[in-house]
Amino acid sequence: MAERTFPRLSARATGKRLGLPPGGSLLHAALVYGLLLVMTAFILLPLGWMLTAALKPDTAPVFTFPPEWFPTEYFHWQTFVETLTATDDPYLQYAFNTSILVFVNMVGAVLSNSLIAYPFARLRFRGRNLLFSLLIATLLLPGPVLLIPQFLLFFNLGWYGTYLPLTVPAFAGSAFFVFLLRQYMRTIPKELDEAARIDGAGHWTIYWRIILPLTAPALTVVAVFTFLGTWNDFFGPLLYLDDPEEFTMALALATKRSRVGTEWNLLMAANLLSIIPPLVVYFLAQKKLIGGIASVGIRG
Amino acid sequence: MSRLPGSGASTAPRPAYLSRLIGRRPAGSSQGEERAAFLFLVPWLAGLIFFLAVPLGYAVWISMTDEQLLRSGRFIGFDNYVEIFTRDPSFLHSLRITLQWVVLTTPLFMAAGLGLSLLLNQKLPGMNVFRTILYIPAVLSGVAVAILWVVLLNGDAGAVNQLLASLGWTNPPNWFEDADWAMAAVAIMGMWGVGGGAVIFLAGLQNIPPHLYEAASIDGAGPLAKFRHITLPMLSPTLFFLFINALIDSLVIIGPLIVIVGRSGSGGPEDSLLFYMLYLYRVAFVQGQLGYGAALAWILTVIGCILVYLTFKAEKRFVYYETE
Repeated sequence: MAERTFPRLSARATGKRLGLPPGGSLLHAALVYGLLLVMTAFILLPLGWMLTAALKPDTAPVFTFPPEWFPTEYFHWQTFVETLTATDDPYLQYAFNTSILVFVNMVGAVLSNSLIAYPFARLRFRGRNLLFSLLIATLLLPGPVLLIPQFLLFFNLGWYGTYLPLTVPAFAGSAFFVFLLRQYMRTIPKELDEAARIDGAGHWTIYWRIILPLTAPALTVVAVFTFLGTWNDFFGPLLYLDDPEEFTMALALATKRSRVGTEWNLLMAANLLSIIPPLVVYFLAQKKLIGGIASVGIRG
Repeated sequence: MSRLPGSGASTAPRPAYLSRLIGRRPAGSSQGEERAAFLFLVPWLAGLIFFLAVPLGYAVWISMTDEQLLRSGRFIGFDNYVEIFTRDPSFLHSLRITLQWVVLTTPLFMAAGLGLSLLLNQKLPGMNVFRTILYIPAVLSGVAVAILWVVLLNGDAGAVNQLLASLGWTNPPNWFEDADWAMAAVAIMGMWGVGGGAVIFLAGLQNIPPHLYEAASIDGAGPLAKFRHITLPMLSPTLFFLFINALIDSLVIIGPLIVIVGRSGSGGPEDSLLFYMLYLYRVAFVQGQLGYGAALAWILTVIGCILVYLTFKAEKRFVYYETE
């Protein structure tokens, strides 16, 4: 389609430069901002309420009328220290356990998915299209059906009650990440491989020294998604972990919730602690993450 | 280690059927390249066999046994399936609840996400800030979000009911404790995360070439006509992708439900939260009836496949691909 430009009214151009809506439709802007502010309040007020509740000492009622959406009266940071170090329910330990899982899964995901994506993106071999179709087909594979046989498999291997069912599968790659990395690796100029090959580099050297470093932006997306997925995973730990000392943050929280009597401040403090790492990672990697999400949409 | 092994010649003849299936080696590629490619694929192929193919076949077998936790089952043919379809009211109940949930919330979440993305797509200052905030719930754990909403929607003194009371609703619902309102409470929780889909919609919206809108303006099209004749068709691949995802996600919803009803998989007030996967979890992992649970999983899979198939059929009519 041919690109066509149309003359703009000068007032409209000025408004655009100022970032104002065209045609001076202030009503339009007010409506957009109004709706977005309502939605923002809907997102942020619950989080504010949670912080308020967590910052209350045991003696202060958590449920007040009217509800307190922001901490004003109590700043009892001790609640967080108590939650982290309580001997019968130590969140520091849970955070440490979850961090181990996150670290191993991130290493596994970055290594395995890039290894698998490399030949699909850069090498020629018989059956490549067939195998790639198979890979895409596994994207649609139903999770519920695999739940029980995988559980039995891991159980019979003696992996129940260990971290193995929650880490080993990460080293086998995941179809979605392989697809993402393959698409990215295909954009790297082929001349780089050829130059390296003339210098005597083998496939492993090309992968490790050339392709992997150049794929860093896409690998970051894989790492961030893996971080979020592992940190937030609940169902896996629920099925496979038995000993409270091995619990992850999410599993410990769900257990605490079913036990809680009136210590709402402690529950909210633990809840808040559990969402801080994902929030920090989100804000640090926001641009890459949103870019990665956008590429998901483009796939459709 | 700078070179993978595999440059040695191997001339073992390949069976004819295999050659037909995978074809000839691509022109210009060497046998070493091929060997290397398969070495790179070893982790995936191993996972494909041990974590997918074997369990998938195993799943068929288990569903025809009375396998239980810590006790091997014996083959009972289709007895599990017969019992599910003829003597299991909980199966029908959980299926009805799940389909009700899918039908009510999938369009709701899609429409909300689309609406939000249309707002975020306005050329106004500060949109990035809104986008950042609205996406926050999507990165938080389902457990944390469920716990937060269980507390906020507490029937007696929760913040939401306090707010409703101050707005004049003297007898607000008991949410998760009330059979008539429990599913609505889960939906409110879902609405909180609607920004996740909005960001994908937004990416789709920003890929629509602006000259289409400019041309339509010249032709005198209003905002509604532009939405109907440009935005919707151009966005339909994204809509389709998100719809399939939302459909599958809402069919297999479980994590937050376990947080709400507890690890015993009780089903909530009058079993109003006994979604299909929750029932499956209860049968398989609380009661230990793994064989029966595997049969339930296959039935859900077939239902899911039918729904996805129908969506793909509808795709031909409603989805517009620019490249075609």
